[in-house]
Amino acid sequence: MDVEILSRLQFAGTIMFHYLFPPLSIGLGLQLFLCELAYFRTRKTEWEAAARFWTRVFAVNFAMGVATGIVMEFEFGTNWAAYSRFVGDVFGSALAAEGIFAFFLESGFLAVLVFGWDRVGPKMHLFSTLMVFLGSMFSAVWIVVANSWQQTPAGYHIVWQDVQGEQVPRAEVTSFWEMVFNPSSVDRLTHTLVGALVLGAFFVASVCSYYLLKNRHELVARRCLSIALPTSLVFTLLAAISGHDSAQKLVETQPAKLAAMEAHFRSTDEPTGLTLFGWPDAKNQTVHFGVKIPYLLSLMVYNDATKPVPAMDQIPEDERPPVWLPFQTFHLMVALGTLMIVFSALACWSWYRSTYGQRRWLLWAIVLMPVAAMTANQAGWVTAEVGRQPWIVHPSVQDGVEMMGLRTADGLSESVTAEQVLSSIILFGIIYSLLFAVWVFVLNNKIQHGPESVEELEEYKRQLERDSMADKFGRSGRSLGGDMMEEGTR
Amino acid sequence: MSYDLLTFVWFVLLGVLLVGYAILDGFDLGVGILHPFIAKDDRERRLVMNSIGPLWDGNEVWLVTFGGALFAAFPVAYATVFSSFYTAFFLLLACLIGRAVSLEFRSKVHSSTWRKIWDFGFFCSSLTAAFLLGVAGGNVMAGMELGARYTYQGNLLSQVNWYALLVGCLTVSLFALHGAIYLYLKTEHELQARVRRSINGLFYAFATLYVVVSIATWWHVPHATENIAAYPVLWIVPVLNALAVLNIPRAMHLEKPGYAFFTSSMVILALASLFSVAIFPNFVLSTIDPAYNVTLENARSSAATLQTMLIIAVIGMPCVLSYTVVIYWIFRGKVTLEKNSY
Repeated sequence: MDVEILSRLQFAGTIMFHYLFPPLSIGLGLQLFLCELAYFRTRKTEWEAAARFWTRVFAVNFAMGVATGIVMEFEFGTNWAAYSRFVGDVFGSALAAEGIFAFFLESGFLAVLVFGWDRVGPKMHLFSTLMVFLGSMFSAVWIVVANSWQQTPAGYHIVWQDVQGEQVPRAEVTSFWEMVFNPSSVDRLTHTLVGALVLGAFFVASVCSYYLLKNRHELVARRCLSIALPTSLVFTLLAAISGHDSAQKLVETQPAKLAAMEAHFRSTDEPTGLTLFGWPDAKNQTVHFGVKIPYLLSLMVYNDATKPVPAMDQIPEDERPPVWLPFQTFHLMVALGTLMIVFSALACWSWYRSTYGQRRWLLWAIVLMPVAAMTANQAGWVTAEVGRQPWIVHPSVQDGVEMMGLRTADGLSESVTAEQVLSSIILFGIIYSLLFAVWVFVLNNKIQHGPESVEELEEYKRQLERDSMADKFGRSGRSLGGDMMEEGTR
Repeated sequence: MSYDLLTFVWFVLLGVLLVGYAILDGFDLGVGILHPFIAKDDRERRLVMNSIGPLWDGNEVWLVTFGGALFAAFPVAYATVFSSFYTAFFLLLACLIGRAVSLEFRSKVHSSTWRKIWDFGFFCSSLTAAFLLGVAGGNVMAGMELGARYTYQGNLLSQVNWYALLVGCLTVSLFALHGAIYLYLKTEHELQARVRRSINGLFYAFATLYVVVSIATWWHVPHATENIAAYPVLWIVPVLNALAVLNIPRAMHLEKPGYAFFTSSMVILALASLFSVAIFPNFVLSTIDPAYNVTLENARSSAATLQTMLIIAVIGMPCVLSYTVVIYWIFRGKVTLEKNSY
């Protein structure tokens, strides 16, 4: 295999593994904040038990996100040096803004969130939780901006530089804000964030439904469900709306991607139908076993059932993305999205009727929903990134002038060999498999252990108070929390 | 601001980020290196780990931000250095991951085998990370086999040379010393007494390597002293550096561990400044042909980007510093084991 395919495989593998964690951090961050806000307003111990429990889960997940995220940042330089030189002027500033505005915020306040429960007051703790949540949102902002710029570049021009006698192009920013608010960034950012919030809501709903099925921690589980179920419905619906918006823009900005997602090979003057499912065959330009609904694609894209949608044959042959993968992942995402809306609506309805606890099939379905949400998140990104090929930076038109893009094949590091990439793939394959196993194991441990009961937590807080009183009166050898909480309950 | 001044400002700011990283993550890498030798039982191991528990994550962000800022301000340097050190960087990344998960997962399960595995992982990854950082620094200092259009001609073996390995050892000893002083501040009783004894030995190890590396640099890397020769005022950097090194045992002797920690931070600052003075105005020297050097001038971004980033930094850095201070303040004092500890 050559360096290009290996480097792409490595990037896909490491980014998909990394992306198991950030969306859960963002989504769980909101749920955690809402639980803590409820505690702050009501001062009911069960809310505090809930918030403490989700903090423990959040911390495990967050550490994984940080650890796998550092890899991503350096991988641009290690594997994609030519790309880094081409986009550094544009892409780098977004990445640096992410570091300064987002990472410091989240990692700093994470310390207070995780370790500060008994050190700072409830107000400061609530504030820290909010900062961690906002920090994780901000980092999504900057990284999605940078990625959107690669899809629909704006606010830049191409400068030819003399490098040791050879003319080399690079993109330079002409307008920072046009770069930030490029044609797709708002839509894609909304869709990405909403996808993460869906995952968080379903994650909480899933764990709590599991507790109801097992008759454990019922009070805390019911409290959390009263937040998680309604938010899951709101966000799944928002995901559908924002996804629809994104797709409508594609026909202008990246028609090749849209054609690939819909396996729309041949242009006609007729209105375009929507292929529900099938097996696209790019070589013969056809879809096997396809089921098509007439007029629907035209209607979805243009809000006009008669206007034909441009197809893949309008794209020069060497600029066409693969079709099979974006088609399948896109359809998978949409199908899972629909499924999530249905189950979320059912769950909310039965929650409203107070029958949720008795419908075991529904509880089990909700327990499985995070898998659907995670798969949909990943599938959406595969669609977006594979649909951009063969470009790593898509060409664009700025003020009527055509701007060159950068092909993925031209973005590689010149000095890196296939053996090097292969060995780093193997190294990280091993490390990530181990990590994944440990993460599942520890997460399962946390979930099986569950939140403290209200009595346990109240006893613990009384103990803390006794300790601090004893401290004031000079008793030595304080035990902080007593033997009950000796270790490892986190 | 003129383009050249902006470029210089960003060179300095990158130095600040790198020094911030080396001082902050330096002590927690050092704590990781000392961990198996200093702590005798599970409780002490947990104390040692929890001394950096709430802080290591924020410390590592300095490296991430350094990477991002280098990418933005000097994309050519970012691309060249990272692709040249391909294998070494992936090992470093593996170590940083190993540290993060060792800290996070060690105390989650009550099993002595489980904990021993993570203890070992924590030690190895801390040691290797510190060593690799030093080796990379040594290679950049001595120059690399850069060919035309910034293409690296060497391989992993050419990066494993005696000079780079020596700088790697220096870094390990420096971080271990820095970490020991930090632990001295955070611990009590027998554990603290044990840390105190280790500081002496670590200091002699570091001081010896410091002298050896200084001589080796002077002899092996002639260009390193060119800037100092051209601007004699820069002599102040090595002089202050040497004074700071000598001040560490003095501060410890005076029983002022906070002052000693400040001094060892200053040693890191001075060494990083010396490094910057030595390589300026280049990022990477080519040992093949000086025309292939990666310099500030050929590596930088456009003036507009440098300016935008300066605005970002001016808004962002005060926030970063203020909440870094707040968080260190909240977690001040001796480390104790609590319900939320690792």
